[in-house]
Amino acid sequence: MKLIYEKSQSGRRGIGVPQPDGLDVPEVPAELRRKEPPRLPELAEPEVLRHFTELSTRNFGIDTGFYPLGSCTMKYNPRINERLVGLPGFAQLHPLVEDDAAQGALELEWELEQILLQVTGLDAVSLQPAAGSQGELTGLMLFHAYFADRGEDEQRTNIVIPDTAHGTNPASVTMAGYKLTPVRTDQRGNIDVADLRTKVDEHTAGLMLTNPSTLGLFDENIEEIERIFHGVGALMYYDGANLNAVCGISRPGDMGFDVVHINLHKTFSQPHGGGGPGGGPIAVREMLEPFLPVPVVARDGDTFRLDYDRPKSIGKVRAFSGPFGVFVRSYAFMRSYGPALREMSEVAVLNANYMLARLKDTYDVPYERLCMHEFVLSARTLKREHGVSALDVAKRLMDYGFHPPTIYFPLVVPEALMIEPTESEAKETLDAFCEALIAIAREAANEPDTVHSAPHSRPVKRLDEVRAAKEVVVKYRFDDHPAVEGAGDRQVEAQKGV
Amino acid sequence: MAASESYPDELLYHSEHDWARIDGDEATLGVTWFAQDALGELVHYEAPDIGSTVAKDASYGEVESVKAVSDLISPLSGEVLEVNQKVVDAPETVNEDPYGDGWLIRIRMSGAGERDQLLSAAEYRKVLEDA
Repeated sequence: MKLIYEKSQSGRRGIGVPQPDGLDVPEVPAELRRKEPPRLPELAEPEVLRHFTELSTRNFGIDTGFYPLGSCTMKYNPRINERLVGLPGFAQLHPLVEDDAAQGALELEWELEQILLQVTGLDAVSLQPAAGSQGELTGLMLFHAYFADRGEDEQRTNIVIPDTAHGTNPASVTMAGYKLTPVRTDQRGNIDVADLRTKVDEHTAGLMLTNPSTLGLFDENIEEIERIFHGVGALMYYDGANLNAVCGISRPGDMGFDVVHINLHKTFSQPHGGGGPGGGPIAVREMLEPFLPVPVVARDGDTFRLDYDRPKSIGKVRAFSGPFGVFVRSYAFMRSYGPALREMSEVAVLNANYMLARLKDTYDVPYERLCMHEFVLSARTLKREHGVSALDVAKRLMDYGFHPPTIYFPLVVPEALMIEPTESEAKETLDAFCEALIAIAREAANEPDTVHSAPHSRPVKRLDEVRAAKEVVVKYRFDDHPAVEGAGDRQVEAQKGV
Repeated sequence: MAASESYPDELLYHSEHDWARIDGDEATLGVTWFAQDALGELVHYEAPDIGSTVAKDASYGEVESVKAVSDLISPLSGEVLEVNQKVVDAPETVNEDPYGDGWLIRIRMSGAGERDQLLSAAEYRKVLEDA
């Protein structure tokens, strides 16, 4: 497929914009004017339409196929959600409208908060953070505010993070001004409690934990871990990336967590992965509520308002009251499930265990346990015996029509493949994916070159990731493409709208 | 061109996949063949400052591949005398020659007796088999 610049024909136009009559064109000082017009592609409207339509067919998403990207929860995005978010009362609402003209929207936010409180088992919610990473930073800022209020902020300098954590956790710790204390994973895939005991003391501000972890395993010692942290007056943060495993089954608040972020774009079906903005609300225990970002949705009888009068608040973390369209979609999703949200998580866990059972004799399984909603395999033996790595397997999966799973993560598993089927998929799809992985393992033994050089049937072949990392090119360089049409014969008139 | 697997007998090893070549009161440090193979081709080396101190079992820098960023764990304590500029400029040197041109730093050792806690090549191979 050609780039749009390669299709450009000098002088061709989609639409002619008339010169406005009777308007004074402001005199722009000569030194501020362009010397030449911007180098834009020149095409007729049908050509533009066809170009982008063709481009869209090269995309792969949950609407086109199975997307088992571990810890990303790429589930189906129900279309009814889009209908509801497009209702004029939601879609045309101005963010600066007074509260009395936005009662429906505020009620929806309040109702959404009530459901999130039930899911998390906590006491108060802020809908403001726009993604999980911002929820993490906001949560850690609440840690600071809470300890500062108690006169302990200077003393408590460290946050404990297990070596299975998502990369955002240590990044958030550093951004929030804390020091990182890593803790090891034990033989069963839990936090190594003996290692943990040596690392938690009066200087510990808290823990950040994903439970189930990125290994897809529920930490069997979570009650012991809770006693260790709360025993020294530290707080516990729950990374909600894997909340899809436990909705309606277990609640982070009951496990002892004091702050939880919820990824509305994972667990609650907001499209993501290039498909739309995220939403990372946080839920907190009562003693942290005074520090929540403003505004907070407040209810007075039957009316709702945005409350900015929170003297201890850490302030705003995002414009207005948060990513509102995300709230509508997630609320619609939750209400359409109702109490069956539990079933959603149960089916997600069942699907993952079914796939794990089908694949455990073909790939290495680092921890012999039932998994939660996702599981990690290792291509260690394939690599040792046939020189076929997790990357090769992932690339070859594309030839079988599947999006590859997360690879090389978590870091504690060599040659990791992290697979999350979600509750959306039918048994036939799960079977087809398992059979593809089993077929690739067979190919690795019989025809390793086919796997090494994959993908063979995609628009783009194997990418040179090393060169891409070393020679960063972030814009199109015309000088590298001298054959492109339209060079040199453009006219300054073009920018004047003639 | 990637090197083939080896763990030279004259080096001492740390279980975090680092090696040390001791010469008097100085030591040259690097990562093992296993480490560079697990990471894949390196694209960045974040080196410590010359004159800074490194502590045994603690991170003194980072190496990055397209798969991961990995801490460099020092097998010995000491002061950084020299950083391998060749690896800073061309990190893939570590993949090509992990025990030779791909060394990372040279230090003056400060921790008496630390060398006795390091592993021989045979002991390190055992660590790899059990991993």
